[in-house]
Amino acid sequence: MIRRAPRTFAEHSPILFPALMLVVFFVIPFSLMIAVSVFRRVPGGFYEPDFVFSNYERFLTTFFGGVMSFSLGLAGLVAAVAVGIAFPFTYRLVRLPRPNQIRWLVFLLSILSLSEVIIGFAWSTLLSRTAGITNLFVALGLMAEPQSLSPSFGALLAGLVYQAFPYTVLVLYPALARFDPYLVEAARTLGASPLRAFFTVVVPALRNTIVATTIMVFVFALGSYLLPQLLGRPQHWTLSVLITDQAIYQSNMPFAAAMAVFLVLVSLALVGLALLAGRREEVA
Amino acid sequence: MSALVLDGLTKRYGSTVAVHGASLRIPHGQFVCLLGPSGCGKTTLLRMIAGLEEPSGGRLLIDDRDITDTPAHTREFGMVFQSLALFPHLTAGENIAYPLRIRGVSRADQRRRAEELLELVRLPGVADRPVSKLSGGQRQRVAIARALALSPKLFLLDEPLSALDAKLREAMQIELKQLQRRLGITTIVVTHDQREAMTMADLVVVMSQGRIHQAASPMEVYRQPADAFVADFIGLTNLLDGQVVQPGTVQVPGGALSLPNLPPSGRVLLSIRPEEVIVHPTSGDGSNGSLNRLPGTLSFMRDLGSSVEFRIDVAGKEIIALSRPQDRPPVEPGGALSVELPPGSCVVLPPMVAS
Repeated sequence: MIRRAPRTFAEHSPILFPALMLVVFFVIPFSLMIAVSVFRRVPGGFYEPDFVFSNYERFLTTFFGGVMSFSLGLAGLVAAVAVGIAFPFTYRLVRLPRPNQIRWLVFLLSILSLSEVIIGFAWSTLLSRTAGITNLFVALGLMAEPQSLSPSFGALLAGLVYQAFPYTVLVLYPALARFDPYLVEAARTLGASPLRAFFTVVVPALRNTIVATTIMVFVFALGSYLLPQLLGRPQHWTLSVLITDQAIYQSNMPFAAAMAVFLVLVSLALVGLALLAGRREEVA
Repeated sequence: MSALVLDGLTKRYGSTVAVHGASLRIPHGQFVCLLGPSGCGKTTLLRMIAGLEEPSGGRLLIDDRDITDTPAHTREFGMVFQSLALFPHLTAGENIAYPLRIRGVSRADQRRRAEELLELVRLPGVADRPVSKLSGGQRQRVAIARALALSPKLFLLDEPLSALDAKLREAMQIELKQLQRRLGITTIVVTHDQREAMTMADLVVVMSQGRIHQAASPMEVYRQPADAFVADFIGLTNLLDGQVVQPGTVQVPGGALSLPNLPPSGRVLLSIRPEEVIVHPTSGDGSNGSLNRLPGTLSFMRDLGSSVEFRIDVAGKEIIALSRPQDRPPVEPGGALSVELPPGSCVVLPPMVAS
């Protein structure tokens, strides 16, 4: 095992293949996209090379601003709800006996294997008037007649949280499994009720893990594309939907490219923040 | 005034019994050590006292008040954990002030009390340091200070010194004992280190396989062990199987001994400490049983500096004797000799039950 930093070309070689892949499949397409984003659209045609910022200027319109702030707000809400549910869940999970933990993790991993399309249609069926859970509520006498709960903002939020939940648990799992359970017992002997101990010891001691996970789920939800169309109304469509709409249906490739560049930059910045939060916990 | 009373405390995990009907009375201000090999149930017993484990049976009383069902956070006992369990996101001072913060004490008072406690554990001036920047011994002191922050009625420590190196551990044992005396606080320490227990405790509680074998002063546990386990676990001892042949006389391998306190008949177990065994250079033939001498041969001898250890074969049973270097008898390995077991030093115990 060599511990010093690689110096010669031969020592650097193992990284060549991944570096090549990254260049071919990320750097080149992204550069092309940046280039296209400053091209000029030809109405009725496609686009031609140019160097204009008109596509970025359209960000200043209220329509774009609305979609943008909705996308960010939705992603933030999904992240907050997913982490809010997944954190206590994972906290309990790591304290279960090993076989039960494995059963839960297999179950969560199997949710990951579901495609977004299946999740979307499953939720829209579940929330529909004809076959949805409201029929169950009616049977139980909780509701007068079945209702349609989808499409709606609530349905969209539920679907996105459902999709993000397994990721959230898997990201939180290692940090919570390492967490010393004696800290909570110590807090209890010092006079904190179990709930108080959770909020004064567990949450602050794992603050950076929580921040990093929230950012990760935020980025994950920011790219949502299919679920807003399946479970939401047009006013719930996200930036990704708008990009597709511009690129495919409006044939406005330069504007779509500009929005995509913006989305990638926001995501990259957030991932950087998440790394920073994670690093600070290592030091502490 | 009866302080802490354990009344048949029992803990079962499924079919295994971790603690088996522990009953004990601990007067105020006592320093108690729960001593036993790992897995003997001592930590489980401490955790039941702290309220971190729910007893499967029995009661726990403090000053005649039943606290068996009182949750840990309202018992107001201070506890130091084996891992110390200092809160990593807080400074040393904030750790100590945590119980005060929970009770809504003002920031200034929290600060004052934290500094007072750091003074008490002789670690002034580290209040603002994060706990990750403290040494092992310093963390130990912070954990002790935190547990004492509310002036608890009961101070519980679970193997508190096991993470420290030998030298620091010795120093902390003495310091902990002095601190306990100064505060006069009832203290219960779990340890597997008998030296630690002997150093600190007023009352040593010897446990094995979930049962309390003996609860007595360190001297009594050593001199008057209640049974074979205690005799064998505390220090080094010679255990001899014997059969009472007539009142006052017991037959052991190699001869007969005259002892007081013998039961009228039946089997007994004798325990005698190596330093009580007297080695005589002459062969045992000339002497008789009234002198409690047994003939044997020296199989091994080693000089330990402060004492000389003899391993003597007496009718197939090895007896260990220790003598001071200046009292060393002139014997060589392989030579015949006799060992004297003074009547006053032989502890008569019930015979060993197969466990």
